[in-house]
Amino acid sequence: MENKPIVTCAGDQNLFTSVYPTLSQQLPREPMEWRRSYGRAPKMIHLESNFVQFKEELLPKEGNKALLTFPFLHIYWTECCDTEIYKASAKDDITKWQNILKVHSSADWLIVVVESEAKKKNKTNILPRTSIVDKIRNDFCNKQSDRCVVLSDPLKDSSRSQESWNAFLTKLRTLLLMSFTKNLGKFEDDMRTLREKRTDPGWSFCDYFMVQEELAFVFEMLQQFEDALVQYDELDALFSQYVVNFGAGDGANWLSSFCQPVRSWDGLILRKPIDMEKRDLIQKREVTLLDLRSYLFSRQCTLLIFLQRPWEVAHRALQLLHNCVQELKLLEVFVPLGALDCWVFLSCLEVLQRIEGCCEQAQIEANLSHMVGLWSYATEKLKSLGYLCGLVSENAPNSEDLNRTVDLLAGLGAERPETASTAQSPYKKLKEALSSVEAFEKHYLDLSHATIEMYTSIGRIRSAQLIGKDLAEFYMRKKDPQKAETYLQEALKTYLVEGWALPIAHTRKQLAECQKQLGQTEKNAPFNCGHTVEFRGLKSPWICPKSCFNYRYLDDLSFRMTKCQLGYLQTSSLLAGDAHLTEEERSHFCQEILKYANQQMSNQGSKVLLALDSLAQLKNLHFEPPTAVVHVGGTLSVEVTLWSQMPVAVCVDQISLNVHFNIEKNSYRKTAEWLTKHKTSNGIINFQNEVLGLAVSRQTMPAVELYEMHEKNPSDSSLNTSGVICKNTHMLLRWQESSTFLETPTPLSLNNSANTLKRSSVTLQPGLNTVTFSTQAKEAGTYTLRQLAASVGRLQFMLAHIYPLVQYDVYSQEPQLKVQPLTGSLLAGIPQKVKFTVTTGHYTIKNGDTLQLSNADAMPIVQPTEVTATIYSNSQEKCLQSTLTIQSSEKVTSIVLPPTPAYHVIEFELEVICHLPTATAEGVELVNGEVPKSRDWQRNESCMATSDQKVQQISIDCPWSIYSTIIVLTFSIPFKAEHTLLSAGRRKYIQICVQNLSDLHFQLLDNSLRDTCDCVDLQLLPLNARLQQIPEQAQPLEAKVPDLEKPKPAERQSWPSVMWLIGSTFILAVPVLLWKIIMILFQHIYSKQSVFFVWELVWSKEHPLTLQCCFSVTFCPVSLEKQFASLKPFSYEFQVDHIFSLYSVKADIFPPLGAEYCQTGSLCSLEVSIMRLSELQEVDKDEALMESNGYCTTKLLYEVVDNSSNWAVCGKSSGVISMPVAARATHKVHMEVMPLFAGYLPFPDIRLFKYLPHHSAHSLQLDADSWIENDNLSIDKNLDEQADNSSIKSRGSIHSSSSSDQKGLPMPRLQAFSSAQVFNSSTAMQILVIPNKDDRVLEVNVT
Amino acid sequence: MAVCVAVIAKENYPLYIRSIPTENELKFHYTVHTSLDVVDEKISAMGKALVDQRELYLGLLYPTEDYKVYGYVTNSKVKFVMVVDSSNTALRDNEIRSMFRKLHNSYTDVMCNPFYNPGDPIQSRAFDNMVMSMMVQVC
Repeated sequence: MENKPIVTCAGDQNLFTSVYPTLSQQLPREPMEWRRSYGRAPKMIHLESNFVQFKEELLPKEGNKALLTFPFLHIYWTECCDTEIYKASAKDDITKWQNILKVHSSADWLIVVVESEAKKKNKTNILPRTSIVDKIRNDFCNKQSDRCVVLSDPLKDSSRSQESWNAFLTKLRTLLLMSFTKNLGKFEDDMRTLREKRTDPGWSFCDYFMVQEELAFVFEMLQQFEDALVQYDELDALFSQYVVNFGAGDGANWLSSFCQPVRSWDGLILRKPIDMEKRDLIQKREVTLLDLRSYLFSRQCTLLIFLQRPWEVAHRALQLLHNCVQELKLLEVFVPLGALDCWVFLSCLEVLQRIEGCCEQAQIEANLSHMVGLWSYATEKLKSLGYLCGLVSENAPNSEDLNRTVDLLAGLGAERPETASTAQSPYKKLKEALSSVEAFEKHYLDLSHATIEMYTSIGRIRSAQLIGKDLAEFYMRKKDPQKAETYLQEALKTYLVEGWALPIAHTRKQLAECQKQLGQTEKNAPFNCGHTVEFRGLKSPWICPKSCFNYRYLDDLSFRMTKCQLGYLQTSSLLAGDAHLTEEERSHFCQEILKYANQQMSNQGSKVLLALDSLAQLKNLHFEPPTAVVHVGGTLSVEVTLWSQMPVAVCVDQISLNVHFNIEKNSYRKTAEWLTKHKTSNGIINFQNEVLGLAVSRQTMPAVELYEMHEKNPSDSSLNTSGVICKNTHMLLRWQESSTFLETPTPLSLNNSANTLKRSSVTLQPGLNTVTFSTQAKEAGTYTLRQLAASVGRLQFMLAHIYPLVQYDVYSQEPQLKVQPLTGSLLAGIPQKVKFTVTTGHYTIKNGDTLQLSNADAMPIVQPTEVTATIYSNSQEKCLQSTLTIQSSEKVTSIVLPPTPAYHVIEFELEVICHLPTATAEGVELVNGEVPKSRDWQRNESCMATSDQKVQQISIDCPWSIYSTIIVLTFSIPFKAEHTLLSAGRRKYIQICVQNLSDLHFQLLDNSLRDTCDCVDLQLLPLNARLQQIPEQAQPLEAKVPDLEKPKPAERQSWPSVMWLIGSTFILAVPVLLWKIIMILFQHIYSKQSVFFVWELVWSKEHPLTLQCCFSVTFCPVSLEKQFASLKPFSYEFQVDHIFSLYSVKADIFPPLGAEYCQTGSLCSLEVSIMRLSELQEVDKDEALMESNGYCTTKLLYEVVDNSSNWAVCGKSSGVISMPVAARATHKVHMEVMPLFAGYLPFPDIRLFKYLPHHSAHSLQLDADSWIENDNLSIDKNLDEQADNSSIKSRGSIHSSSSSDQKGLPMPRLQAFSSAQVFNSSTAMQILVIPNKDDRVLEVNVT
Repeated sequence: MAVCVAVIAKENYPLYIRSIPTENELKFHYTVHTSLDVVDEKISAMGKALVDQRELYLGLLYPTEDYKVYGYVTNSKVKFVMVVDSSNTALRDNEIRSMFRKLHNSYTDVMCNPFYNPGDPIQSRAFDNMVMSMMVQVC
C-alpha cells in the first residue's frame, strides 16, 4: 500500500463521494511551495491525500508518536442551503465534530459548503446563498474565516465551477502544508529532545530509531526521498559513532543487545521496501548488529533507487560490508567461522541483483567500475568459503569440512519467499556452491571470470591479474598447473615490466612450482601436450614457437624436452639468483638446476639454453693490451668480471666468448698509428648494472642532452633564431622501442662461429669472479664479442647480446720508413738532425739488413761518431738500444739496422746538412735587362734570393722492398739579403741588409763585399770594420735599423740623410762601447731581425757604368759556435746600375722680404736650384738630348709636391726646363709657397723627371690607366706610386685636352731617374714657420 | 597510523615501499600495486582539469575489508600510496591529506639532494625516519 497523508471527511458522505474522484485527481496536479522551518530550503511539492471517513478513533491519543496514521486535516462537507435545515441539523453536527477535534486539540480543519444551482432553482424561497456560509463562518470560524470554503457546482463543467474548484484546491493545499509544517515541526522538536537524552541510562537506540524512522516515512510519503534518506543517514552515523565510541571504551548499555553472537547470516534483503520482520525486531529491541545494518541499508537502498542513484547503492554497499566486518570485530561479537563470508557473499550478490533489476544492461556496462568492487568482494568471499569447506581440492571434502558446511547452511535459514521463485537467487547460488566440489568450481570460476572480465574491460589490469593469481592458486590446488601457468605468466609479465621485486619473486616461486608439476606430468605423457619443443643437434638453435600448439619436429628426435621443463629451469635459475628469497629457497632452486644439469645425458644431444643473467651478470671486461689492438700473431687477453648470482659456488664446465669476425674495409683503421690514436681508454668496458627483474623499468633513460643553438643571418650576422636542441633524440626514441621489445622475450639462440674464446672448468663463487680468456690473433680484422655462454652439464647459460658493443682489432701492417725533421722545419746551411723511424710491421729485420741512402751532393750526411737506435715495441715501450753501424762510400751511405722482431719500431737520428745556394738579386737583373731605364728616379728595388726554400730528395733502399723509397725534405733558407745604393752628393755607398728569416739566432763573421769584375780603379771601403765589434748590447742602434726597412713614401727621399744621422750616432756611440767589449768578434743576428752592412764606393778613374758585386758572410747558429769553421758562408750576388749622380737639387725657402721668419698664411719664396754634376754621360744619350753647336741640353721636368699639405704652392708647381749637359750647369726656379701651419715644417718635395719629347720612336703599349688628365698645378697624383716593371708613367702635361681618342698617339713622356742619379741636398730640411698673429685657434692634441 | 607507505615512480615501479608488519610485506606490495589501477584511472580522469587547479590528493583509492588505500600524485606523476588500517576510524580525510603533504615535502627534499639520481630507489634516512614516524603514531 502506498502511504499518503490522511485527511478525514465528516458530514455528508454522499456529497463527498460524488466530489472525491475530481478531488483526488485535481489535488496533486499543481505543486505547492512548502516553506520549511530551520532555514531548510523551500520545496515544490505535489500533494496527495488519503481521504478517509472521519472517526474519532483516528485522532491520535496523547503520546502517540505515529505520524503515518496521523490525520493532518479534517474536512466537514455540507450541502446545506437551507437555513432551516442548517439550524435543525447541520449546525449541531458541525458543533459535535468541532468538539471532538477540540478534545484532541486538532486545529487543522476545514468546512466545505457545496452549492449547486439545481437546488437553488428548486427552492426559490431560500435565503441568499451567502447567508449559510456566513452563518457557518459566524458560528465556527470566529477568527479564521478562511476555514470555510464554498465549492460551487463541483460537478458541472462551467467556468464558475472551475474557479471555485481552483480556490478550493489552493485552500486545501495551503492548509495541508500548514498542517504538515506545524505537526512535523512539533514532531522534530520532540525527536530532538529525545536524542538529547541519549546519555541517559535508559535511552535506547532502537526507540529513537523508530521515532526518527517515522519522520523518514512521512518524508517518503510526501515523496521527499532526499529528506527521508537524510533521516536514515543520521541514524547510520549515530550508530556508527556509538560503535566507534564502544571501541574506544565508551560503551552504551543499549549496545550490549547488539553484541549477541551472530546466529543468522542470511544477507541483505533489498527486494521489499520495508523489511517488517527486522523492523519488528528493532521495535522489540532484539535486533542484532547485522539485522540493524541490513535493515538500515535496505531502507537506504530503497530510497536511493527511488532517487535513481543505483551506483551509490553499490558504493555504499561495499562500504557497509567492510564496515560491518570491522564493527563486528570492534564489538567483539562472536561470529562462527565462515558466517561472515556467507553474509558478505549473499549481500554482495543481493545488491548486485537489486541494481541489475532496476537498471538497463547498457547502463550497467557503462558503470562497471562501481559494481566491480562488489563482484571482486564476492569472489574473494566465495574463495575463502571454498577453502574453508574443503571444496578447493581434488578430493571431496572430509567430514569436518562437511560439518562446517552444514552449520553454515543452517545459518542461512530457509530461503525467503520473495526470492524462492528466482532461479539465480544469491541464496540458491551459495547453497549450490557449497553443496559439492564441482558446483563450487563452477560458481567460483564463473564469478572469477566475470570479475576478471569486468576489471579488464574497465582497464584495471592489475586487479584482474591479482584475481587471476588467485585463480592460479585455485588451479594449482586442483592439480591443473597448465591453466595456472597462463595466469601466473601474465601477472609476472606485468610485475616485470613495472619492476616490483617482491611480487616478482613470489609469482616466480608459484610459477616454478607450477612448471615443475607441468614438467612432471608431461614427462609421463610425452606428446600429449602441445608444449613439446625439440632439439636437434648442436647446430640447430632452440626453436621456440610462440604458440607451441600443433608444432612438432619429429624428424630427428635426438633429444626432447618440454617447454615447461625449460621454463622451470629458467624460473629456477632466476629464483636462485633472486636476493628477495631466503638463502634456503635460493639454494633449493640452485640445487634443482644443478641436479638437472648433472643428469646423465640420455643422448648425445644438444644443451639446454638458459639466459645467463640468472646465473651471473657481466660486470666488466678488460682487454690486455688496453687498446684492444693486436697485430697478427700477437696475444690478446680478455678479462671478464662476472657477478655470480647463485647462492653457492657453481662449477662451470666451460665459459666461452663468441666472437664475430669482420674484415674491415678501411685498411687505414688497421694501422698501428690509427689504433693507438683512437683508443685511449684504459681497456675496461663496464656494463650496466641492472637489478635482476627490474631490468626494464630500471634501465635509466639516457639523460636528455641539450645544447644551445643560435642561427645567424649569413649576411649581417644578426641573430635569426636561438633555441635548444636535444642532441640525443635517437637515443631517447630507441629507448621507447626497446622497452616494447623487451616485453616479448627473445628466444635465445647460440651463434656458432669459428671464433670462440674458451675457458674450461671454472668455478664461479657467489659474488665477483674474474675469468681471463686469451687468444692469439690470427687474421687481421675487427672482432666483435657477441655472446657469452657458460655451460654447466646439460645446461648452457647464454648472454645473447653483449651491449655496449665490444670489439678488438687485429691488424697487419706493411713495413714503413719515415724520415722527419727533429725540429719543426729544417734550415739549410747548418747541420741538423732528422729522425728515421722504421716501423717493421710484419717484416722481421734480420741481421745484416741495411738501409741504403744514395748520397746527394747538396746534402751530405754528417758522419757521426756514434748513432744509437732505439727499438720500441708496438705499445710504445722501449725495448732495446743498440748502436748503428754506418758505412759511407762515395755514392751510398748504408745503415746497418739492428735485428728487430716484427711489429716494432726503430728510431734513430742522423745529422744532415743542406748547402746554401748563392742568393742572387735576380729580380733586378731581369728588370734591368729588359727595360734598363724604366726605373727613372726611384731607388733601386731591393733584391732577394730567388726562393726561401730548398727541396732535397733522398732515395733510400729498404731491405723489405725492391723499390727505393724517395724521401723529400724541405729546407728553409735562413737569410735574405737586400742591397741598396745610397748617395751623398757624388759619394756612393752600398748598403746590404741581411735579414734572418729563421727562428734561430745566428752569429755573423767575416763579412766581405767584392767586385766580381775586379775593376782596378774601384775600391770598396767597408764602413763596417768596426761595426763587427758591436756586441749585442748595442741594441739601440739595431733596434732603429729595422724601422727603416719599410719607410713610408714620404720618407723615401729623406733616407740617405737619415742614414747619415745614424752613421753619426753610431760614430758617437762606438767610443763609449769600444772599451767595454772589444773582444767580441761576432755580430749577432737575432731571429726575424736584420743586420746592415755599408761600403763606400771609391773610384779613381773612370767610374764604371754597372757594378757586379758579391757579398758573403760566415755564419753559425749561436748554439753551435764550435762548428763555425765547417759551415759554408752565405753569399749574395747582385748588380748595381746607374751609380753616378747626374743632378743635385737644392731647395731654399725664404721668408718674405723684411720678415725674419716665415709666417703662416704669408707667401714665401721657394728657390729650387738644379745643378748638373757630371759631364755628358752614356746615360744621357737619349731622345731628350739636343745637341746644337756642340752644346748639349736635355729637358727636365721639375715638380714641387707637398704631400703632407703643409704648403700651398702658388702658381706653377711644375715646369719643364732645358738643362745644359755640362758639369756645374745650374738652373734656378723661383716660386711662391705659403706655409699652412706653424712650426718646423719639412720642405716640400722636389722631383725631377726626364722629359722625353712626343716624337720619340718609343712604341709602348700604353694602358688606359697611364693616361691621366693632368693640370699644371698638380701632377703628383700617382707619382709616389711605385712604377711596376711593365708600365712607365707618361703624362700628357702639355696637351691638357686628353680623351680616349688620344689613345695610342705619341705623347711627351716622363722618365724617372734612378735614386742614385739625383741627389737632393735639401731632403729632410725643415724651416721654422711662426704662427700668424691672428690665429686664435690653438689646436691641442693629446695622445 | 599508516601501515604501508609507498612511493611509486612515474613508470609505476616502486621507488620506496615500507610497511609496518613486515611479515605481511608481500601482501602490501600486491595491494599497492593493484591500487595503481585506480590511481591511473583517477589521473586520466583528472587529466582534463587545468594543471594549476589540479588536486594532488586522489582520496580513497579503494577500501578493502582490512585496509583503506589512499593515493596522491605529484605533478611529475610520482605516486604516493598510503595504506591505513580500516579499524583506525579516527583517521579523517584531512589528516590523510596532511600526511601526504608531509610525505611530499620530504620527497622533495630527497629530490633536492644532488647525490640522488632521479629514478633510483629512495634510500634517504631522513625520508625513512619521516615515514616511520607516520607509521608509528598508531595510538
